[in-house]
Amino acid sequence: MSETVTRPLIQDVTLRDGMHAIGHQYTVDDMVRIATMLDRARVDLIEVSHGDGLNGNSFNYGFSRHTEEEYITSVASVLTHARLAALLLPGIGTIEDIRRAKEWGVSTIRIATHCTEADICRQHVEAARNMGLDVACFLMMAHQIPTRALVDQARKMESYGANCVYVTDSAGALLMDETRERIVAFRDALQCEVGFHNHNNLGLGVANTVIATQCGANRIDASLAGMGAGAGNCALEVVIAVLHRMGIDTGVDLYPLLDCADKIVRPLQQRPVMTDGNALMLGYAGVYSSFLLHAEKAARQFGVDARDILVRLGERRMVGGQEDMIVDVALELAGARNAEGA
Amino acid sequence: MSTRPRVAIIGSGNIGTDLLVKSLRSQLIEPVAMVGIDPLSDGLRRAGELGVQALHGGIDDLLAQSWARELAVVFDATSAKAHEHHAALLAREGIRAVDLTPAAVGPGVVPVANLTGHLNAPNVNMVTCGGQATIPVIWAISEHTRVMYAEIVASIASRSAGPGTRANIDEFTVTTARAIETIGRAERGKAIIILNPADPPLIMRDTVHVFCETADPHILTQAVEKVVARVARYVPGYRLVQKPVFEAWSAEPLRMPGYPAQNGWKVSVFLEVRGNGDYLPPYAGNLDIMTAAALRTGEVLACGPGAHDV
Repeated sequence: MSETVTRPLIQDVTLRDGMHAIGHQYTVDDMVRIATMLDRARVDLIEVSHGDGLNGNSFNYGFSRHTEEEYITSVASVLTHARLAALLLPGIGTIEDIRRAKEWGVSTIRIATHCTEADICRQHVEAARNMGLDVACFLMMAHQIPTRALVDQARKMESYGANCVYVTDSAGALLMDETRERIVAFRDALQCEVGFHNHNNLGLGVANTVIATQCGANRIDASLAGMGAGAGNCALEVVIAVLHRMGIDTGVDLYPLLDCADKIVRPLQQRPVMTDGNALMLGYAGVYSSFLLHAEKAARQFGVDARDILVRLGERRMVGGQEDMIVDVALELAGARNAEGA
Repeated sequence: MSTRPRVAIIGSGNIGTDLLVKSLRSQLIEPVAMVGIDPLSDGLRRAGELGVQALHGGIDDLLAQSWARELAVVFDATSAKAHEHHAALLAREGIRAVDLTPAAVGPGVVPVANLTGHLNAPNVNMVTCGGQATIPVIWAISEHTRVMYAEIVASIASRSAGPGTRANIDEFTVTTARAIETIGRAERGKAIIILNPADPPLIMRDTVHVFCETADPHILTQAVEKVVARVARYVPGYRLVQKPVFEAWSAEPLRMPGYPAQNGWKVSVFLEVRGNGDYLPPYAGNLDIMTAAALRTGEVLACGPGAHDV
């Protein structure tokens, strides 16, 4: 099997998705140290942004410690091999943010929409391509709709000019067969590259990424020590080790990744990034992974169970970006409890 | 025969048709024509059924009518590009325009906040749906304290977002953020929009986070409740979902990257906008609040500030 598998591009997301795990509080020095090690290990792409993408700084998603310009220009200045990527969610960031990121050194822009809303990114994809950027598009919460409908949305993104379209398992809810079915369908339907991004909420982070690679994904996302929203992403050092064992040469050196994961990234985690009870509920209830810390904060603030908040958010079919509804649900639950008590 | 000032509506899509249905109920103005470019559009057919003259030759057709120059107000529910063309022609004829497109030829208006400041403007713009839903709250808080920053999150049903909105979502975020500053009087504004495809469709929700210098929770809660009640007079489905939530940033200042650390209060306000179901379904509160605010604005421009307690 290994001979037939093409080497995927390795896209690190420690410095973007990982921002969620620490409330967007990396120091510039943290980022530079991690990026230096990733670059030394020869990963292909390194993403740097607020967890919710460019211009994500807000009460709704949290304020990062430093400005995007400080983070991106600092990382750009130390890269010798890897290309620099940034994330953008239409509705949060704008074309102007893409333009600035390009000036700071970003060469790949990743543009994400909910899995049914591809058409809202047309203006951003076209503008980014006109700027000469490499464009990868995300269809988030890809577990929510059937594969055929997902392919229709992916075709739109390809038609706008995306170089790659991702199956993005934002809730870490895809099962293994569901992952296989989606990647195979994308490969069959699209001329452009296919990517895979996921979360480890059901403990399938590495497994599903390996499946995606076997099915022909051209780009795979992962982060050191899984540093990402919810139970984290597919762990970069683990998936590289597994791919090497499978005889797939990723071109990435393992040891710098192990050193960086163990000595730099994991010690930065305040709340362990793992498939614990609350994180598991994200995958189980099909909820956007970055809701985790916000739900835990609201649970403390209003004296309700974080799991109840997450399940209710799943029932209300909340999508990525609707962090404001977490407090709304917590207040609702607290209100119902007080009414019962009275 | 009615002596109410006469108005016309350009644009026979969802927004224009919803506005027509609403304006037929008005005690203050009389819609006499609906103008489109597609004789087969549902909007023009509907206008005919409702006894309103349907013109399908666009703005030229309208201006060719003998009574055109007597129109008190023309509502434009077409597109930004079309409105730029219409605005010049209407201005030349001395006809006032209420613009529901993102063209923003004239000043932005949120009726409860700043309409009285633009009673003589030849052209006013209705900002955005999210702006109409959230700026009243920011403006009301600004009446009592210095607002350093205000941010809004508008969540709308996917089905209520038309092709124009989808093709230019940046227009929403940029225009709304600017209006939060100019009309809401926040020193810095930010706007986020989320499209949710849930079925059955979700009713429009808007969340406002204001960071202000001082906050007396009792006074600000009253101010917010009062302004919500004022908006609800023209948007019956506009309501507070929760009491405002107050959070003090005093022991520890708020740190926004790129700005000095600041002490203050965060006030969070959770709103719902249920549409009236006139032409558009009730979940489309985002469209309802635009047409309702436009109607209120047109009534005041046509009849003077005494028409309503705006």
